Amino acid sequence: MNLVLKIWRQENAEAKGKMVEYPMSNVEGDMSFLEMLDVLNEDLINKGEEPVAFDHDCREGICGTCSLMINGEPHGPDRLITTCQLHMRKFNDGDTIVIEPFRATAFPIIKDLVVDRDAFERIQQAGGYISVNTSGNTVDANAIPIEKDKADEAMDAATCIGCGACVAACKNASAMLFTSAKVSQFALLPQGRVEATDRVMNMVRQMDLEGFGNCTNTGACEVECPKGISLENIARMNREYMSAIVKG
Amino acid sequence: MGSLESKIPSGPLAEKWTKHKNEIDLVNPANKRNIDVIVVGTGLAGGAAAATLAELGYNVKTFCYQDSPRRAHSISAQGGINASKNYQGDGDSDYRLFYDTVKGGDYRSREANVYRLAEVSGNIIDQCVAQGVPFAREYGGLLDNRSFGGVLVSRTFYAKGQTGQQLLLGAYAAMNRQINRGKIKSYTRHEMLDLVLIDGKARGIIARDLVTGEIERHSGHAVVLATGGYGNVFFLSTNAMGSNVTAAWRAHRRGAYFANPCYTQIHPTCIPVSGDHQSKLTLMSESLRNDGRIWVPKRLEDAQAIREGKIRPTELSGDERDYFLERRYPAFGNLVPRDVASRAAKERCDAGFGVNKTGEAVYLDFAAAIQRYGEEKALTSGIKDPDKATITQLGEEVIEAKYGNLFQMYEKIIDENPYKTPMMIYPAVHYTMGGLWVDYNLQTTIEGCYCAGEANFSDHGANRLGASALMQGLADGYFVLPYTIGDYLSDDIRTGPISTDSPEFEATEKAVLERINKLMNSNGTRSVDYYHKKLGKIMWNKCGMSRNAEDLKSAIDEIAELRKDFWENVKIPGKEGQFNQELEKAGRVADFLELGELFAKDALERNESCGGHFREEYQTPEGEALRDDENFKYVAAWEFKGEPSEAVMHKEELVFENIELKTRSYK
Repeated sequence: MNLVLKIWRQENAEAKGKMVEYPMSNVEGDMSFLEMLDVLNEDLINKGEEPVAFDHDCREGICGTCSLMINGEPHGPDRLITTCQLHMRKFNDGDTIVIEPFRATAFPIIKDLVVDRDAFERIQQAGGYISVNTSGNTVDANAIPIEKDKADEAMDAATCIGCGACVAACKNASAMLFTSAKVSQFALLPQGRVEATDRVMNMVRQMDLEGFGNCTNTGACEVECPKGISLENIARMNREYMSAIVKG
Repeated sequence: MGSLESKIPSGPLAEKWTKHKNEIDLVNPANKRNIDVIVVGTGLAGGAAAATLAELGYNVKTFCYQDSPRRAHSISAQGGINASKNYQGDGDSDYRLFYDTVKGGDYRSREANVYRLAEVSGNIIDQCVAQGVPFAREYGGLLDNRSFGGVLVSRTFYAKGQTGQQLLLGAYAAMNRQINRGKIKSYTRHEMLDLVLIDGKARGIIARDLVTGEIERHSGHAVVLATGGYGNVFFLSTNAMGSNVTAAWRAHRRGAYFANPCYTQIHPTCIPVSGDHQSKLTLMSESLRNDGRIWVPKRLEDAQAIREGKIRPTELSGDERDYFLERRYPAFGNLVPRDVASRAAKERCDAGFGVNKTGEAVYLDFAAAIQRYGEEKALTSGIKDPDKATITQLGEEVIEAKYGNLFQMYEKIIDENPYKTPMMIYPAVHYTMGGLWVDYNLQTTIEGCYCAGEANFSDHGANRLGASALMQGLADGYFVLPYTIGDYLSDDIRTGPISTDSPEFEATEKAVLERINKLMNSNGTRSVDYYHKKLGKIMWNKCGMSRNAEDLKSAIDEIAELRKDFWENVKIPGKEGQFNQELEKAGRVADFLELGELFAKDALERNESCGGHFREEYQTPEGEALRDDENFKYVAAWEFKGEPSEAVMHKEELVFENIELKTRSYK
């Protein structure tokens, strides 16, 4: 198929960016979206131009490195996948595809389609852990039985890959879905309850400091999340936060 | 520098590690504050080591090329992690895990290292549960297990099909705790480009900030390399696009011996190649072989009709299918080790029985499992006389609960529903058992330079069993290295901070800058990918699943020629002092072009078939691997001498005192 790509090009963080048009021909349906961009870049290099910078690594939907707003949607039109898992068969001959970086104040652009997501790192560092030493001399793994349902729910929250699609999808650029997924995973497990109060306070404080917006329950994050992280996590984080405030 | 002393402690096998821990020197907590350790790579081994070393009190700097430590490629491991907990009461023990691993590795690993691995495996599970890793559980609330290839017990712990992700998030969380305390300084989007040696000891690294392009000097009293495997030398592999050998190769060039580079694992259950645009291959977890049956048509004409789209696989009856693993290996069936399963699939496809357009695919079929689970579920749900549709629906629900995300992944890539039509799979490069040579303490042949996880060669011999990579990464990082490195660092309590202004740092930085300039100033015409793909083709065709002397010799020549062409004709757009992904790739491919040649040379020297290394000249009349214990029961550790062709081999003889060497049989 033949396509027209409109891609955001920006030299570096300070430079002014703009959309640039690239016609593409002979695109095959079996190609992944990123393989299509590989073909474009190979062309650009051969023509002596600079290739389009974009983030990617595992190319199997788990590392959370790839991003991209594709026709206004994080990770493109398909559901429950990342950009690297999107295939060109989802598009039609003659389509124009608009490709932009994830946009948020807290995610400054590094180059072209690459953004800086260190804000997520700092939220995790503020409390996204259980304070146990890695000595291995803890209790036996089977000493604390955990209800299967609770363990499964914790697992569902833990599947967040930290890609930032929730922030990019949100009109407020809120990071509530991301933060709440981590808070939830630990809040649901007995091991995590011990520090639950401090954890939610510290992580929410850092999230606010980073300049993410607030949640207005639009739900776009849940729709666009490649891992299907549920809005219920935000509700749970709010409950955890309220009870932390009450406990002081 | 450069002795091959394995430093295996004396005494009975089961007591070696405890004895060693009791005898090595410790560093006083107050002195640890004066010691800096650099950890390169933040996957399971690096992340776990960094967190533990920081927790012990050392000042740790971590480096990763990704934008977050959590994105290291350990994250992609799907199936699970082994531990000899014997929670299932099926006869598991440390000895059995040790035995299975040595046998699975085709008797080419070090007994003492493997026993230690088995010994600490249980602790890993305890540790991870304490960190909040949400392992799968049974309804009674206790941990669930499943079985993996090459063993007869259920010892694999898992978290859906995302075990690697959850374990890495556990190690990452432990790192974050130390970052928050100021004990780890995390450098993301940084790549190590060289190792700095002072008086023969590793004392720092030269790194490039991938965002600004700046070249930086970092010093430490020891350097830990945990930078993963080199499967991307094949271009197409299940590794992440950025996975590379650069850190390990740079250390090799500075004096670290590289061991058994030819030992590569080709994983049997990957999604087949679809076309020339292919950039990487996707693995389907080995756990699928618990329930999937692998087959091709019995008759050549059926295989051809399937390839041409004239018939569908579901139209063939059981009698018309060749379940070749069950036929050849009745005892282990579909759960034979990876090297055996891969070769068997290649054998059928080479004989003309392949089932996709390219003729390089076999089926992985869940119909029997869906039927079996459906019947069981109907029974436990109290449904009397269920019809076929109900059984299928119930069975599919069970399969979805077990492998849902893998099935979804397959459907997205191939655009076919694997619940209804059997999956198509083909072997792909997945893991490298070879790596930097290390002694029992995980120290390389450079003093103060340690190597952990997939990057070292130590535990898997010539073939790795499923769910053992995660085990080794975490064992090295959490429980081995933090002890053994202390013994070395105890001599450094009075050394004080290492200055980065020394002539050694100056010279190494200069070498790095010169190399970058050379790459940038080559006014060539061809992209980095052009060379990487060419190298990959040579490797796959001549150093892949089966090898012979003639092909290996021509591979050596072709790679040397390609490397020369690369340095003359590669083209890198942009500038060095900026974010430049082509420059990043170029540096990595340049190193692959050297490693690839050493790889072929190693494969050529090893005149036997063992594990992942199959030499066509050395096989039984039935096509099984023919090992030669008399002449090749050693680790081949290569010393760098300028060009790969000049590398010198040093042998570490392997001594087996606790296991009798046998022909590996899964029949």
